[in-house]
Amino acid sequence: MSKKASQKNQKKISNILVNGTLILIVLLWTIPTIGLLVSSFRTRDAIATSGWWTVLPHREWTTTSQIQLDEDTDLNAPIVVNGVAYEDDALRDGVALGDGTQIKWQSRRNRIIDVQEKEWAINSEYTLQNYKNVMTGKTYEYVDSEGNAKTEQGDDMSNSFLNTVAVSIPATIIPILIAAFAAYGFAWMKFPGRKFLFTTVVALLVVPLQLALIPILRDFVALNLNGTYLAVWLAHAGFGLPLATYLLYNYISSLPRDILESAFIDGASHFTIFTRLILPLSVPALASFAIFQFLWVWNDYLVALVFIGAKPDVQVMTMRLAEMVGSRGQDWHVLTSGAFITMILPLVVFFSLQRFFVRGLMAGSVKG
Amino acid sequence: MKNKLWQLIAILAIVAMALSACQSAATPTEEPMTEEPTSAPADSMDMSYLERAMAGEFSGTVVTMAGPFTDEDAVKFNNSMADFEEKTGIDIQYEGSKEFEASISIRVEGGDAPDIADFPQPGLLASFVDSGDVVDMNQYLDMDALKANYNQSWLDMAMMDGPDGEIMAGVWQRVNGKSLVWYPKDDFDAAGYEIPTTWDELVALSQQIVDDGDAAWCIGIESGAATGWPATDWMEELMLRTTSLENYDKWVTGELPFSSPEVKHAAEVMSDLWFADGFTYGGRAAITTTFFGDAPLPMFEDEPKCWLHKQGNFITSFFPAGAEAGVDYDFFYLPGIDPQYGNPVLVAGDIMAAFADRDEVKAVMEYFTTGASVEGWVKAGGAISPHQDSSLDWYTNDVDRGVAEIILNADSVRFDGSDLMPGAVGSGSFWKSMTDYISGTVDLDTALAEIDASWPK
Amino acid sequence: MLSGPSGKRGNVLSWITDTLGRIIIALIVPIITFIVLWQGFIFLRDSNAPKMIIVLVAILWGVGGVALLFYVTNWLIEQLPDEWRSRFQPFLFIGPAIALLFYFLAIPTIRTFILSLKSANSNEWVGLQNYLFTFTDRAMLEAYRNNLLWLVIGTSLCVSFGLLIAVLADRSKYENIFKALIFLPMAISFVGSGIIWRFIYYYAPPGRPQIGVLNAVVTGLGGEPQAWLTLLQPWNNFFLIIIMIWLQTGYAMVLFSAAIKGIPAELLEAARVDGANEFSIFFKITIPYIMGTLITVTTTIVIFTLKLFDIVIVMTGGQYGTHVIATQFYRQFFTNRNFGVGSAIAIVLLIAVIPVMIYNLRSFGERQAFK
Repeated sequence: MSKKASQKNQKKISNILVNGTLILIVLLWTIPTIGLLVSSFRTRDAIATSGWWTVLPHREWTTTSQIQLDEDTDLNAPIVVNGVAYEDDALRDGVALGDGTQIKWQSRRNRIIDVQEKEWAINSEYTLQNYKNVMTGKTYEYVDSEGNAKTEQGDDMSNSFLNTVAVSIPATIIPILIAAFAAYGFAWMKFPGRKFLFTTVVALLVVPLQLALIPILRDFVALNLNGTYLAVWLAHAGFGLPLATYLLYNYISSLPRDILESAFIDGASHFTIFTRLILPLSVPALASFAIFQFLWVWNDYLVALVFIGAKPDVQVMTMRLAEMVGSRGQDWHVLTSGAFITMILPLVVFFSLQRFFVRGLMAGSVKG
Repeated sequence: MKNKLWQLIAILAIVAMALSACQSAATPTEEPMTEEPTSAPADSMDMSYLERAMAGEFSGTVVTMAGPFTDEDAVKFNNSMADFEEKTGIDIQYEGSKEFEASISIRVEGGDAPDIADFPQPGLLASFVDSGDVVDMNQYLDMDALKANYNQSWLDMAMMDGPDGEIMAGVWQRVNGKSLVWYPKDDFDAAGYEIPTTWDELVALSQQIVDDGDAAWCIGIESGAATGWPATDWMEELMLRTTSLENYDKWVTGELPFSSPEVKHAAEVMSDLWFADGFTYGGRAAITTTFFGDAPLPMFEDEPKCWLHKQGNFITSFFPAGAEAGVDYDFFYLPGIDPQYGNPVLVAGDIMAAFADRDEVKAVMEYFTTGASVEGWVKAGGAISPHQDSSLDWYTNDVDRGVAEIILNADSVRFDGSDLMPGAVGSGSFWKSMTDYISGTVDLDTALAEIDASWPK
Repeated sequence: MLSGPSGKRGNVLSWITDTLGRIIIALIVPIITFIVLWQGFIFLRDSNAPKMIIVLVAILWGVGGVALLFYVTNWLIEQLPDEWRSRFQPFLFIGPAIALLFYFLAIPTIRTFILSLKSANSNEWVGLQNYLFTFTDRAMLEAYRNNLLWLVIGTSLCVSFGLLIAVLADRSKYENIFKALIFLPMAISFVGSGIIWRFIYYYAPPGRPQIGVLNAVVTGLGGEPQAWLTLLQPWNNFFLIIIMIWLQTGYAMVLFSAAIKGIPAELLEAARVDGANEFSIFFKITIPYIMGTLITVTTTIVIFTLKLFDIVIVMTGGQYGTHVIATQFYRQFFTNRNFGVGSAIAIVLLIAVIPVMIYNLRSFGERQAFK
């Protein structure tokens, strides 16, 4: 009885330890993102002048009174305030006096010094404008050639969202399918050149895709493929394949050999074994790679720019967002909301695929 | 039973094949419609391409364009071209990209070049001229008309070396002024400061601001991958003001090395102003770490923390939302230093270059040589026309008009040198070495020597 | 069979039609498949249908098309005699991947190798001169040093954090929430994360409001604000590496988590019944069981850090001594249009990965495959 109780206690302690550590790490991981989330509801001026954490109640130096120094005070000599001399630099940063107040330059020019006390403050200016800009398009105001003030509404998000979906889903599934076949081939089939080809696959992992853009573009233009979804799918498939093949190979090759052996004895072909046995068994690996590939394609800018272009009717979301910051990046704050809007679908994908990472999937199918 | 099945399938298959053959035979008949007969009117020889376009000859054609400006600028550009498109029936499809430098390179090499590209950096264009991708404007533009409509220096800057000798690589459509010093007008007037007209007055004003208790200059050169470019602008301004135009031109083409006394002197004038005690807001460390767009913000606080900011006219889009020109801020010309070099103006701009020589492309290029092509944008604000046939009345705000006037009144006009230098220097080592020098990583001599070393042989 | 009264002649006839049928159908099926796919392509390229429909057709056509191609090709191969079938089938499996890989990566790499032996504008042969440059230039040497930092610190911390979180989360009730939050950074685009870290590392001169978290903390504790990413050389590289760890740990975690789920529960229970504590379970069961995944994850992260590019470009553009090999490649190749040196850098990157490859291939050679 007492042993059980102590075991239970131990379990409790380890639970607290586990969850405590995790909460700590997760907090550390999430703070940067929270900063972005908060900022996405603030105006550009607010973002530039105060930290995002000031939306929380915090203690802030607040001016309670001012001291007017003599107009002729020499700024290059130590400044005498209330009979005490202070260094000029220190007064710029603020000098703490013992009683919880500090003194700081309000205006060196006018020789005014603030006396400040810490008071509770909260920054509560919020705006939805950043989200509106991204979702429904910015409003442009200009004067046309007849001198009339005009406003024009930019395009909304729907078109580029649909383009991104049309690019991302096939560009995720196609390389996975092809890589799964190849991984099975490398893992369980015998053929000449097997080692050489596998070496090539691993070596190609490191090739920066920028290398390949120019020659491929040349071929695509010649084949009149450029600007089509097919072009960008193929490109993403090609660039994603080394990692997909490598990861899936490692998973598929580690599946227990006896499952395959018994299937062969039953007279199944490679194709049947692959589609009926290996694919279902590999779901966790397929799901995890699917998540990564989807994310990369979803957030890709360069490949889409090169192979389908930036025309408004074909452009993907990353391009639209990049454009919205303006020619000189003056509107970078729209990216705060943009980052969250573009994150929604990848997170849905993550959550819907996460349920495949469950214990016992393997064991179940081996027995069944 | 199984054999019967196969026979049945075979028959079905043959039928299907016949059907699909019919279908696939049917498709190509729709094809050869795109090639339109281009029978030009008999008198077309005497008309320029623009006139032929205005006569509707190229109606229904498409001209693709690519450039670095996006968002609001792209809207303004499209609107200023709408009139032309309506009159000529030419459809201009502009594609703006934030990665223009890389994407234009990939597209040209990949055989997917746009018909016309807008280059903010002539140096980048030069490398495409070098590889023979750009169409020579001299082949079809009327040079006399060009000379009449442009300041000669613009035309000179468009001449670049191709594989078969020098060509006219493009035409200037839109420019902006750089030699401007912004200041918080209301506070400036209240403090009783005067606008300086000479360099000495400028330095004296800076000293006075410092004596009055604030920093004189707001300077920030951080710009992500392009960090350092505002410092190169300063270098160019000071080169123009401390040495001859010939030396400036030699410097830009690489004949006058960075380690020469002239260039070093310009850098020293800059450092003397920037690094003088209390002159720059936040001191030397703040210069390299402040985003160039955030740099002017301390001017707009209730009590300005710094009072002077040198930047091109685009900077107004970074000013706080409520700031009003002529009230909260204004600008003056960055004065000359040595009287013998006069009052030079540093400018930048967009040069349009053609990668295709179809007639409708030529017509659009010719249109770009006229003020009318940029009129809409000028009126919408944010663009300045380099064309002689443009009018100061077009400018709808005082800032643009003032900048246009400064450019018109200049003793000499020179283009942003770093944009003219080869990419490896102009958008590479020049930025990087200036940043390294200002942040104190290397000394001036090392920084200048490293720029020289990076110059492509 | 139908033989019988009609005798041998009928048999021959039916054998002929049968074989003919098989051959014709073997031709017809791929042709029909091709036509269906081609029509789909034409529709997608030229159609003016509503965007929604085009998108749906595109997804169906793209995904279905590839599956269909595999199925049809396999069907064709299965019509062949056994001997031929086993000869061809492996190529059905690896063929498409190999073809795509060669076209999209291998051939461009060979082309790059050739370019690396030529001058900046590829006009003349210069031998190994470009390589000489990549090993002597100050900025390049700096890039190698930085890449080494990334490789060692980045990889080891990513892998250890990923493993730690995966193991801990496995025993927590709130596993999914924890994992999702760690994974979150991966879902944020690079421009988005650029902004995020701006709010962390932002530097304002003393006396200005600090809008960066790190400097707010430092000044709050009475210190001087620091320009983390710029002036603190060479430590600024470390602050960039933190960004990569933040982004990339989710990747390691997902893969480790999937692997840990594969450890048979009986094995763990048996160990616990035997009184093993959690640490010895971790080292004696978990680690050996997921060794394959551990190597895989480490390899991919090593390679990822070798060609790391985005973080540096977005945060510092390679300034302030933060260039890495891939940013130098990009700069030389696209900004400077120096194709010779740019290509040589890319090839150096390939050479750097050889040790990793050798390690990975050791176990490959010993594998026993089925015929």
